[in-house]
Amino acid sequence: MCLAIPGKIEHILNAVPMERTGTVSFGDIRKEINLAFVPEADVGDYVIVHAGFAISKINPTEARKIFQLLANDETDPPC
Amino acid sequence: MKYMHEYRQADTIKQLADKIADVTSQPWTIMEVCGGQTNAIVKFGLQQFLPSHIELVHGPGCPVCVTPVDIIDNAIDIAARPNVIFCSFGDMLRVPGSAKDLQSVKAEGGDIRIVYSPMDALKLAQKHPDKEVVFLAIGFETTAPANAMAAYQARAKGINNFSLLTSQFLVPPAIEAMCQSPQSRIQGFLAAGHVCTIMGYESYPQLAEKYGVPIVVTGFEPLDILQGIFLCVQQLEQGRSEVENQYSRVVSQQGNVPAQQMITEVFECQSQSWRGIGHIPHSGLRLRETFRPFDAGQKFGLPDRISSANSTDDTTGCISGEIMQGLKKPCDCIHFAKQCRPESPIGAPMVSSEGACAAYYRYATFNESVAFNKRATAQTSEKTAKRRDQ
Ligand code: SF4
Repeated sequence: MCLAIPGKIEHILNAVPMERTGTVSFGDIRKEINLAFVPEADVGDYVIVHAGFAISKINPTEARKIFQLLANDETDPPC
Repeated sequence: MKYMHEYRQADTIKQLADKIADVTSQPWTIMEVCGGQTNAIVKFGLQQFLPSHIELVHGPGCPVCVTPVDIIDNAIDIAARPNVIFCSFGDMLRVPGSAKDLQSVKAEGGDIRIVYSPMDALKLAQKHPDKEVVFLAIGFETTAPANAMAAYQARAKGINNFSLLTSQFLVPPAIEAMCQSPQSRIQGFLAAGHVCTIMGYESYPQLAEKYGVPIVVTGFEPLDILQGIFLCVQQLEQGRSEVENQYSRVVSQQGNVPAQQMITEVFECQSQSWRGIGHIPHSGLRLRETFRPFDAGQKFGLPDRISSANSTDDTTGCISGEIMQGLKKPCDCIHFAKQCRPESPIGAPMVSSEGACAAYYRYATFNESVAFNKRATAQTSEKTAKRRDQ
């Protein structure tokens, strides 16, 4: 139910603010998703989608942090 | 898929598991609040990667599991009426009400449709102006903006044959209720990442400080969950109780402001009954006065017992409430994998894809009694069969 999955915005279909929708691809599957709650997200951005709505744009810099942390582990312990 | 597979790689999982082992010096009990996290933990067998004295207990964050029996009964009442198209997320159809479930109403001819989004239900209402279209709007803060948007658009466009039967829950009051319980063994929380995606985590520091519990906002992939556990254990070992955000690629401190505005526009806070757990003050949402024409309970003249303390009790012996408060595990239930199975569920956690019982039943990867017993029984019957063959 709270399952929400990442997808990539491919097109904006409706640009009216409260009705903003777009095509979002999840691997091979494409779906029309409501984008009203992510006004800052645009074509090419990845978003988290739940119950037909994008609820957040994914921040690529933050997404890399855990791998950088693990890669630096031996030389630079985080604690 | 990007932002999914890279968080499931065996080598990084092992690396993080080693880090957890390195910082752990004593037993700790940690609750993952969200059913989606429970499902990932059991599915990927994450408990096996942890030191044996770190125990994960499973929280109440499964909306299908905590929706009160009274709501299911009201849903069944509405769905059985002629001229109604009743829409729901799929998981709800098999959840037992006091006498039957929605699936049996469908079998008896009720027009019940599974939808992916509340907006799909709204579209059905536009397409069938001669029918009453009702959406069973269950969920936590994650789903509340979607449900609110459906009501908002229905009102804006005058789609008056649409209504919501709401069962909306709020997570922080439930965390607080567990912290206050004298029976609680929980020493740290992994907060539900997608609830925080909407609400942010500005309300958590006061909980962490007041009850002396670390709260780590955590995602849903194996690597997220292990990092959440690592951060939580590290705090416990160092005697800290702070709020940390493991899921920063998705969650910001202030959350999704437009989504919060939509929730506030449409809903107001109310006290709420949780199936198996009971009444928790200020832990639910109901439609505001201006949206009452879209309240299915009012439209169909049904009793509202969920916001009062005298909601229907579960008398089946299902211990879902104790499981969802971290006091017991599914294997402690006498019905587990016996009378209660996904095809014949007694309680909601055996139905929902986020329910702990369904996850244990499906994956049974834990080295706990049931998995062990299953193997032991299988071995014994194998031996008996061999002996018989000889
Ligand atoms: S196994 Fe079934 S009866 Fe037991 S707690 Fe889980 S859902 Fe309830």
